[in-house]
Amino acid sequence: MKWLVLLPAVALAVAVPWLVDDYTTATLSRLLVLGLVGVSVALLTGVTGLPTLGQTAPFAAGAYAAAQVGLHEVGGPPVQLLAAAGVGAAFALLTAALVVYARGVVVLMITLAIGELAITVASRWKAATGGTDGLIATAAFDSDRARYLYALAVVGVVVTLVLLALRSPAGLLLRASRDDEARMRASGHPVTAYLAGAYVAAGAIAGAGGALLVTTQQYVSPADFSFDTAALLLLGVVIGGAGSMLGAVAGTALVFAARDWLSGLLPGHAPLLLGALFVLTAYLLPRGVAGFDWRRIGRRDRAASPRAVRRANQEA
Amino acid sequence: MDPYLIPALDGVAYGLLLFVVAAGLVLSFGVAGILNLAHGTLYAIGAYVAAWLADGGWAAVPLALVAGVAGATAAGTALAGLLTPVKRGDHLTQALLTFGLALAGGSLLVSAFGPEDLPVRVPAALDRPIDLAGHSYAAYRLVFIVVAAVIAVGLYLALTRTRAGMLVRAAVDDPQMVACLGVNPTRVRVGVLAVSGALAGLAGVLGAPIIGPGPSTAATVLLLSLVVVVLGGLNSVVGTLVAALAVGEIQTLGVALLPTAAPFLLYAAMALILAARARGLLRRWSTA
Amino acid sequence: MADVLITEALTRRYGSLVAVDRLDLRIAPGERRAIIGPNGAGKTTLLDLVAGAIRPSGGRIRFDGRDVTGYGPARRAQLGIGRIHQRPAVWPSLTTLDNVAVAAARRRGGVRRSRHTAVELLDRLGLAAQAGAEAARLSHGQRRQLEIAMALAGEPRLLLLDEPAAGLSAVEFERLGEVLRDLPEDVTVLLVEHRLDLVYALADVVTVLRDGQYVATGTPDEIRVSHAVRQAYSGAVA
Repeated sequence: MKWLVLLPAVALAVAVPWLVDDYTTATLSRLLVLGLVGVSVALLTGVTGLPTLGQTAPFAAGAYAAAQVGLHEVGGPPVQLLAAAGVGAAFALLTAALVVYARGVVVLMITLAIGELAITVASRWKAATGGTDGLIATAAFDSDRARYLYALAVVGVVVTLVLLALRSPAGLLLRASRDDEARMRASGHPVTAYLAGAYVAAGAIAGAGGALLVTTQQYVSPADFSFDTAALLLLGVVIGGAGSMLGAVAGTALVFAARDWLSGLLPGHAPLLLGALFVLTAYLLPRGVAGFDWRRIGRRDRAASPRAVRRANQEA
Repeated sequence: MDPYLIPALDGVAYGLLLFVVAAGLVLSFGVAGILNLAHGTLYAIGAYVAAWLADGGWAAVPLALVAGVAGATAAGTALAGLLTPVKRGDHLTQALLTFGLALAGGSLLVSAFGPEDLPVRVPAALDRPIDLAGHSYAAYRLVFIVVAAVIAVGLYLALTRTRAGMLVRAAVDDPQMVACLGVNPTRVRVGVLAVSGALAGLAGVLGAPIIGPGPSTAATVLLLSLVVVVLGGLNSVVGTLVAALAVGEIQTLGVALLPTAAPFLLYAAMALILAARARGLLRRWSTA
Repeated sequence: MADVLITEALTRRYGSLVAVDRLDLRIAPGERRAIIGPNGAGKTTLLDLVAGAIRPSGGRIRFDGRDVTGYGPARRAQLGIGRIHQRPAVWPSLTTLDNVAVAAARRRGGVRRSRHTAVELLDRLGLAAQAGAEAARLSHGQRRQLEIAMALAGEPRLLLLDEPAAGLSAVEFERLGEVLRDLPEDVTVLLVEHRLDLVYALADVVTVLRDGQYVATGTPDEIRVSHAVRQAYSGAVA
């Protein structure tokens, strides 16, 4: 059943650059890139239970790494991609100790600070980042269509890998850690190490997104990693269902497309409408936000949500 | 040391300003468990009102104070009302909602007051330099330091000497307690966000000549006060004050001493403190 | 043979309240020790201290000759301390089978390997039919059975049971008794339970606590007739 939906969707995604103009193709490439970063946000927010506003930081680290690899003619897009993923992971490894011990709203605050630090560094460290002027990257592919297909392939591969990982025992361990951390520890599981692992993996994914940004946009500047971007990523992931990777890609792409469309439609008033979108999401999708598990929605009447069970556990 | 007297004094002014704003954030975070991403917008309301009403005369000062504080308090109360349907502890929804309101509120302020940074006129009598140990220093800033220090002491006394203040501190220490006391959580939330808005509005009116109203004010104030709250240890009045003064000095004296490193210094301090205390904080936070 | 669990002057304070007060316990390998006492005697706190879920305010804990006072809960679990909680703690979004498999994974070399044992354990606890269902859909009694399966799956050498019989139906209670009686002989059990029928049926030795302090220790028969014990309970009621 799932394949009946998925196969035509993939076919359409591949065919799209032949159906629309170059400008739209380039826009779609950028949305794909943000969708990939959305996957890293969803991995932390929905699966691991660490709500984050800071994935713009490894995203930026990866982007600048990829741009530098390109500018120094070390290698083409695949090399840039690997370098960026590595730098993103290394960044996450360095900041993991700040994040994985905290929970809930404190994680939001800390990741927000990490994201802001990244922007500060990006705008001041001119030698590596070009400062607020940004860096113009070396052109990799010769058409928007090729760049789009490359981005699509990378996003497809990464999302597939993430989905496979989540269906493996590793995914079970992460979900169990999110469900009840104390019970995990009582069963001998080093929860903090698992969270750190997920955080580093999310860093690598966001870093890879950075490389794709450089390839598709051929330009990178601190404006790509603003606090607004971080908040929009979180919004997109929540709309997509937080725990769902494909939902994260779709939700993130939708949110950023809406932003671009709104700012074109009503210049100057986009923040107002965007703000309204945030508020509406918070009101209309509280269950998606709170439960992180949309598969359950269809059978809510029969099955209690994990949260409800936990509450029952506590009251018993 | 002498050439750094002025930046150091500016740092005190800046730090006290941040303390008043951050106190409101600590309150909403600590007592109501809400990360209010619209907190900077509440400050901006105060600052815009000050810029709008101030005409260089003395009469405008109480007027701006009343209007600014009332406006921000009303906005804080409205925020609490909008947050009512969201469950306590659902941080993600709260963050989305408050960020959305911050975006929308910022947009409304810009359409009301224009997209430029607004100048703020202080009373003419204070709008002049005075002599301070051989340096000239803006009279307004000196007065601001005194007023802000009085507010800070007042806050401290209110929190440590009054019954309500002790309840607030107890609630920050043990979030479960509010529930156990049988106090209606909605009323707590409204009260806390109203007071938090009043503090932000007060800071906005008084601090408008220091961090002036403009499209980026809300974001700047929010981020700086978040840094202060985290550095201050999330729960202590004295800690928040020390952190606020430290951030103020880093932003002023730090820039004067180490112009290139100052912006990193702030976050490096934050990272270091968090890393050093991560394990200890885990135990606190995991119960929250 | 050396005692498997030793507590030395173990103390836990909550503010001015002393929940566990300089408690010395020695438990031999394979012993079935029950801890009884009125509400607030510090029984659950004692289990939390042994499991490492909370840190002692004073005193030491030795497990198997090793000082584990500074170890966290995960490390103690890996050494072979298994537990079930007073409120059954399971992972609601995982299937019943995966709950057991994940619980045993660290002691049995991975989730995949521990699935085999999990099937057999679920059968013994009467949960075989629920193996594929999410734990969120289990009843309270079933969740308690599941947590017992989770604790047993890790083949603990010391099993901490916090009121395992609370909220069980008659059938489930019967099955619990069987499972606990069938435990391998070398498994040491520390049982906190209000249902004295289960305590007297299962325990070799019973320790009575009150206000965090040791009152008496003896065989079930001795404790049943002990004057000190009756006083401990009646004192609490009065």
